[in-house]
Amino acid sequence: MATQRTRARRASVLGIAGAVCAVLLAACGGGSSGGDASPSPSLDPSADLSKQSIVVSNWDAYMDPDVALKFTDTTKANITVAKHATNEEIVGKLTAGGDPGIDVAFVSGQYAQALNEAGLLEPIDPRLVPNMANLYPESKNLSFDPGSTFSVPYAWGTTGICYREDLMAAAPTSWNDLLNPAPEYEKKTLMLATQPWLNLPAAKALGFSANTTDEGELEQIKQQLLKTKPTLLGFDDVTFYSRLAAGEVVMAVAWDGWCNYSGDPNVKFVVPSEGADLWADTMVVLKSSKNKEAAMAYINFMIGDEMQSWMTNNILYKSPNKTIAEKAAAELGADFPNIAMTPADLAKGESLIDLGAASKIYQQIATEVQAS
Amino acid sequence: MTSRTSAGVRRHGDGPLLRALSSVPALVYLLVLMVIPLGLVIAYAFLTSGRFGGVQGPATLDNITRLFQPLYLEVLASSVVNAGLATFIAFLIGFPAALAITRLSLSWQTVALIAVVMPFWTNFLIRTYAWILLLNREGILSDGLALIGLGPIEVLYTREAVILGLTYAYIPLMVLPIYASLQRLDSMLLEAACNLGAGPWRRFRTILLPLTMPGIITGCLFVFIPSLGNFVIPELLGGGNSQMIGNLIRDQFLKSRDWPFGSALSLLVLALLVIIVMLQASAARRSRKWGA
Repeated sequence: MATQRTRARRASVLGIAGAVCAVLLAACGGGSSGGDASPSPSLDPSADLSKQSIVVSNWDAYMDPDVALKFTDTTKANITVAKHATNEEIVGKLTAGGDPGIDVAFVSGQYAQALNEAGLLEPIDPRLVPNMANLYPESKNLSFDPGSTFSVPYAWGTTGICYREDLMAAAPTSWNDLLNPAPEYEKKTLMLATQPWLNLPAAKALGFSANTTDEGELEQIKQQLLKTKPTLLGFDDVTFYSRLAAGEVVMAVAWDGWCNYSGDPNVKFVVPSEGADLWADTMVVLKSSKNKEAAMAYINFMIGDEMQSWMTNNILYKSPNKTIAEKAAAELGADFPNIAMTPADLAKGESLIDLGAASKIYQQIATEVQAS
Repeated sequence: MTSRTSAGVRRHGDGPLLRALSSVPALVYLLVLMVIPLGLVIAYAFLTSGRFGGVQGPATLDNITRLFQPLYLEVLASSVVNAGLATFIAFLIGFPAALAITRLSLSWQTVALIAVVMPFWTNFLIRTYAWILLLNREGILSDGLALIGLGPIEVLYTREAVILGLTYAYIPLMVLPIYASLQRLDSMLLEAACNLGAGPWRRFRTILLPLTMPGIITGCLFVFIPSLGNFVIPELLGGGNSQMIGNLIRDQFLKSRDWPFGSALSLLVLALLVIIVMLQASAARRSRKWGA
């Protein structure tokens, strides 16, 4: 479990060290460079990969630690692995202008969308990524990139409520159970502080889109959050599962896989009836890459059975690879119910897209709610 | 007198070229690590944010006017109060501690000083996480108080927890400068005051306090400045219930991708600190006058 517990993917606090570096490094970047819009010469399926080498940037501990050895064994291409702490950090690097020296990056779907709109991404060449055929069709048709034209999903999931079955009279079924808690659960709930997940429960409870940019709706979301705040124990993006295990809290808004890290069988996960989001972590190839054949081969390797099996067994996120997901559902589904969710369950969630200018309003809401 | 003259002569003998050269490293250091970054922060504060962070034209004053919205001023005010309280508590604990250390034998003084700085040997994040274990509802503090009928209590995720964390993190920076100035204090002065019939409070007020004032002020600044900008402790121990200005600045850069507004907020903090350091300088001047 150690790897899972130390996972720092969205963990803002653990990202601080990286974040500080990111700010320092990115400080000289400035501007959003447009990238090279000209189409690159078409890729060569018979290129000699042993002459190619790539740099991959991923969240720490988000893939098999032996990935470099195994990839080189399989494809003969050379690979260097770099790490980033947050989406913002890697996007900052990729948009700083010039050649970032990264061939493949792991980013969440909405960031892939934004990078593509900036003209920085190479279209995925299906001839070089044959394992795409093994992915669920739903996972290749998410609203940030219908048809997986510039991004390939590595893991996907949703957001819901982790709760202590043994400490609650009845399991929560609605976001309102957490937003407007019964008196006995006051000061025993947690929410995520990171946007858009801070807004998500209120947005869904009020019947709005998880990606809403309507000012009136955002105002209503804010009012609900301001009303909820005094009933919360706090905001926690990092250790909420241990708070649940300790019995300090009975409900916490959580990304699905994270409930599993509590190691406590009484901690259950539910997607409230109003629905939730559908997030995906994806791999993208940079247009600036000089070894695109190897980059595509890497993506192909990562959605193959071996690497997907490692991911779902160790990170406990759902795999978009059909064979692996079904195998995991059978083997792990009883202990980790989120793994048993089907693509149809998942597709009920609303997939997150880039909010563009509205992300500032989201952040302002976060500031106002936390400062209140 | 003689030695001072000869030193003066030697200094003249160094020649202007050598003196200019010897200041080059300091100037480069200042330019690269202070003037350029500060210039960037100032420039960014007047630009528009790019889609992925970064900055772009046109120049604007929006970021500066936004600073004066009550929301942001309230966060700044509450940060100043938190950092101020942490500084005050650190002084209340740190001054007697420093005084007690000076009363030890020399070898025990070394041991005590090592004990004061020992927490710095452990990573700051780990020390802060440790407080979570101590303070949470199922933690040692709450359980301990429950045993004697005072608990359980809610400390974690409150403003009090943030102030406690800040005090704990920076108290060595209060003890060390006060210790240094107490060391320089001539103990004969206290003995003389005692012989002339001054009580403990009077000795403290008229001798100890004024003569150690420079150390106290330095210690207060050392605690106040990093406390004001801290964003880890409010996040971990405050549980997001108590935002401080450091969190706000961090969020502008890393979450809302609004570097210009983050820069404007940084300038606001910088302006506040410049005022405080100027006050400190004038206070130090005054206390030197008393001392003389």
